[in-house]
Amino acid sequence: MFRIDRRLLQNFDWLTFFAVVGIAVIGVMTIFSATRQPLDNSQSPLFIKQVIWLFIGICGLVVFVSFDYIWLSRLSIPVYIVAVVLLIIVLITGRVGMGAQRWLSIGPIAFQPSEFFKLAFVIVTAQFLSLDQRTIGMAQLGRLVLIIALLPFILLIKQPDLGTAVVVSAIFFSMLLARGLERKTLVFVIILGLVSLPFLGNILWTGLKDYQKNRIISFIDPEADPSGIGYHINQSKVAIGSGEFIGKGFLHGTQGPFRFLPERHTDFIFAVFAEEWGFVGSIMLLGLYLFVIMRGLDTARKAKDEFGRMLAVGVTFMFCVYFFVNVGMTLGIMPVVGVPLPFMSYGGTALLSNFIAAGVLINVRTRRFSLFY
Amino acid sequence: MLTEKITTKNIAVLSAIVIIGFSIIILRLWQLQFLQGSELRKISESNRLRVIGVPAPRGIIFDRNNIPLVKNSPYFCVSVVPAEFSADNLPGLARMLGVQEEALAAKLNRKGQSPFIPVRLKEGLTFREVGYVEARKSDFPGLFIDIEVSRDYIYGSTGSHLVGYLGKLTPDQLKDEAFRDVPPDAFIGQWGVEKLFDKSLRGTAGQRVIEVDALGREIRLLKEVPPIKGTDITLSVDIALQQEAEKAFEGRPGALVALQPDTGELLGLVSSPSFDPNEFSTGIAPDAWAGLMQDKHLPMLNRAVQSQYPPGSTFKIIMSIAGLEAGAITDDTPVTCRGGLSFGKWHFGCWRKGGHGSVSLHRAVVESCDVYFYEVGKRLGIDKIYDYATRLGLGRETGISLYSEKKGLIPNTAWKMAARKSPWYMGETFVNSIGQGYVSTTPVQMAVMMAGVSNGGKIYRPLLLKGSAPVLVSTANVKTETLDLVKRYLSGVVNEPGGTAHAAHSTVTTIGGKTGTAQVVGIRKDSKYLSEKFRDHAWFVAFAPVEKPDIALSVLVEHGGHGGSAAAPIAKKAIEAYMLPPEKKMEILDVQD
Repeated sequence: MFRIDRRLLQNFDWLTFFAVVGIAVIGVMTIFSATRQPLDNSQSPLFIKQVIWLFIGICGLVVFVSFDYIWLSRLSIPVYIVAVVLLIIVLITGRVGMGAQRWLSIGPIAFQPSEFFKLAFVIVTAQFLSLDQRTIGMAQLGRLVLIIALLPFILLIKQPDLGTAVVVSAIFFSMLLARGLERKTLVFVIILGLVSLPFLGNILWTGLKDYQKNRIISFIDPEADPSGIGYHINQSKVAIGSGEFIGKGFLHGTQGPFRFLPERHTDFIFAVFAEEWGFVGSIMLLGLYLFVIMRGLDTARKAKDEFGRMLAVGVTFMFCVYFFVNVGMTLGIMPVVGVPLPFMSYGGTALLSNFIAAGVLINVRTRRFSLFY
Repeated sequence: MLTEKITTKNIAVLSAIVIIGFSIIILRLWQLQFLQGSELRKISESNRLRVIGVPAPRGIIFDRNNIPLVKNSPYFCVSVVPAEFSADNLPGLARMLGVQEEALAAKLNRKGQSPFIPVRLKEGLTFREVGYVEARKSDFPGLFIDIEVSRDYIYGSTGSHLVGYLGKLTPDQLKDEAFRDVPPDAFIGQWGVEKLFDKSLRGTAGQRVIEVDALGREIRLLKEVPPIKGTDITLSVDIALQQEAEKAFEGRPGALVALQPDTGELLGLVSSPSFDPNEFSTGIAPDAWAGLMQDKHLPMLNRAVQSQYPPGSTFKIIMSIAGLEAGAITDDTPVTCRGGLSFGKWHFGCWRKGGHGSVSLHRAVVESCDVYFYEVGKRLGIDKIYDYATRLGLGRETGISLYSEKKGLIPNTAWKMAARKSPWYMGETFVNSIGQGYVSTTPVQMAVMMAGVSNGGKIYRPLLLKGSAPVLVSTANVKTETLDLVKRYLSGVVNEPGGTAHAAHSTVTTIGGKTGTAQVVGIRKDSKYLSEKFRDHAWFVAFAPVEKPDIALSVLVEHGGHGGSAAAPIAKKAIEAYMLPPEKKMEILDVQD
């Protein structure tokens, strides 16, 4: 199984690989620029950490390409159970960061179980969706939700990790769409969604932490600004807009390093990039993301089996949803939900899980020919 | 395969959704980077560029011997960057700064302001407090100390009514065009010389254009216009005289004004009790202010220019000059004093109940015989008295440029008719002849009068700056011989046996002067058993040296009792301090820490 086949190398999806590594390198450069200390021109060591994580990520990618993805199907349930257990553990013992318990420490390493949970969730959903060849009806939907979606959703809300909960729901829905819902079920899901929105909203609202409420308030009315989040959105828009057509130039941005932008190297990294590289650079970066996503959907189309297809759709939409929520936030057209930009934002766990996900995607494409067996 | 086809179709739908999403993002980028680009670029520039006013060092105020009276000192404030500050630290911070938690919370809760712009929490910290805050700063992220320029009044309350104090702009001044250049947090002169010469003392604030980060930390200096220091000023006041005189008051309410007779330069101005201007320059605490306002001795009142007192027997100087000049008396006109004088049904007493016997002008002045001057007044009439008193500067403002000077009052028949709708009575002339009744003067007027008598009849406006060109207001048009004669007799008051101001006799210089004991209530009682507020005001006006006068002054001690015992020693101390050589003056000065 771990034998490197010559044909495997030939069929390796170099384009996706170079695209994601390219985005990650741009990410490292932007972190370098965003975290430089303008007072003494010194450098924060963060970008070096990110480079190290990039190499670890590439290793993770290679590992997840090296075995046949059919193993993911076979191991999906145990992996999923482990991921859910980690979520439970983080709820009980997790480290608090940014008002939420998200971190789990194992020895010196702190990581966010929710990052790996997303991947496990995509795998187990793909597994379940590929079991039945028919389009999804009401019964199957109900079973899916009960077995795999409900518990983790509650756990994520409880953490609270609003961002991951929303993103996971969106990924789930996109996979259902790709798999194909019965017309009746599709209508039901949409109506259920619309009807329960205010109801769910109300439950969510009372269950929300103050900082989450503030985010929503400041999205609706940036002037009412209890904790300066409206200010953050404004500063992000200022950063992006001030880049104008060709940008201020690499290392010439001021919004990030001068700290007018919060979370400049994590959630708002796109704003730092857009300030320095302008419209031209932003379009190129968007092009890379669009390429990865379209290539992922193409992989789904060409996958040799239903599990591979679902896997590719799930992983691609994981990138896609994160990308839209993050960039939409920095552009001020989506509420501030603290999710990272895939492959670019500073953060080891997220980078590693994104590269593993990319590895899964490449795996599906590389083994798209049944001929191997 | 059926599923595969369906999935492929569905993937096409998903691709379309992705494309739509990207289109929205690109449109938004276009909007921000093209349509609003230049506007947002400006905002990002103003984010990082900050224009900071650099306060100009204030001009230093020197005394006439070039002794600095003030120095510029740092004024410490503690501020916090709200974005870095955690609300959990609020109670601890309130405790550390000794302020109300609610007040801090109110300051921190600014709507619509960037949380990166610092909020000032407390001003005017003492060195002790600064050390305390610095030591605990690490417990309170976002907290820092910033510094402004304030004043240190080296001699504390000494001369505070003259020098004045600094303060923040008042709400009215903030609206005033004249203060537009003044930064809203700056200190400006609000009282005394500090206020009077504020424009030149203030200097011109400089400017620094700096690049800052969101925490307001300076990254680079882009442009700098250095501040221009305010102009130093040299007052005519002698701080040694000032301090010795204030000490001599021993906290009793009263005033002293000392002038240089030949120039009108102000050598000293005391209004006792006074206040410590240092309290104002660190932003006076509300209870300290209330204390000053409610003190029954009115420390904020400048008695030297704002309080009017009957001049008492010091008015006999005017009477002597008027009598001689108008020909009502001669040097040796004898008057017999039997301890009083009856006029109609009224009795006008002399302070010496046993009487002075037969006295000439010399004895009358030296021993301050009241009956003699009743006689002079009777011969002159009130209108002639008015004429000479006003010629010597009384009854009108002296023109000293300090806050709301009072005019005093020299009565005459016209005034009586206009103000009281009644004719003048001879009895009133008697009373006014010894400086009682309607007549009232301010200490600064009496000093100007004394200076005029000692300099040959020239009435100068009191000036605050050393070396200013003298401003001659009027001349008394009195013969020099007359003035010389009166001066000789005034010397006798101090230096001859039986003189009422023997307490002012000095071995350092020759002093001439006249005591006065102004009645507060009409009925004279034995002052020993009288409660303080009914006791007489003690006056002493003097000049020195008698041969060539270089200083003329007036001293008033409210409810001080007898002029000779209460006021004369103060004058003596002031004059002797003035006569000290400059290096000796430095030695006697007490610097306030």
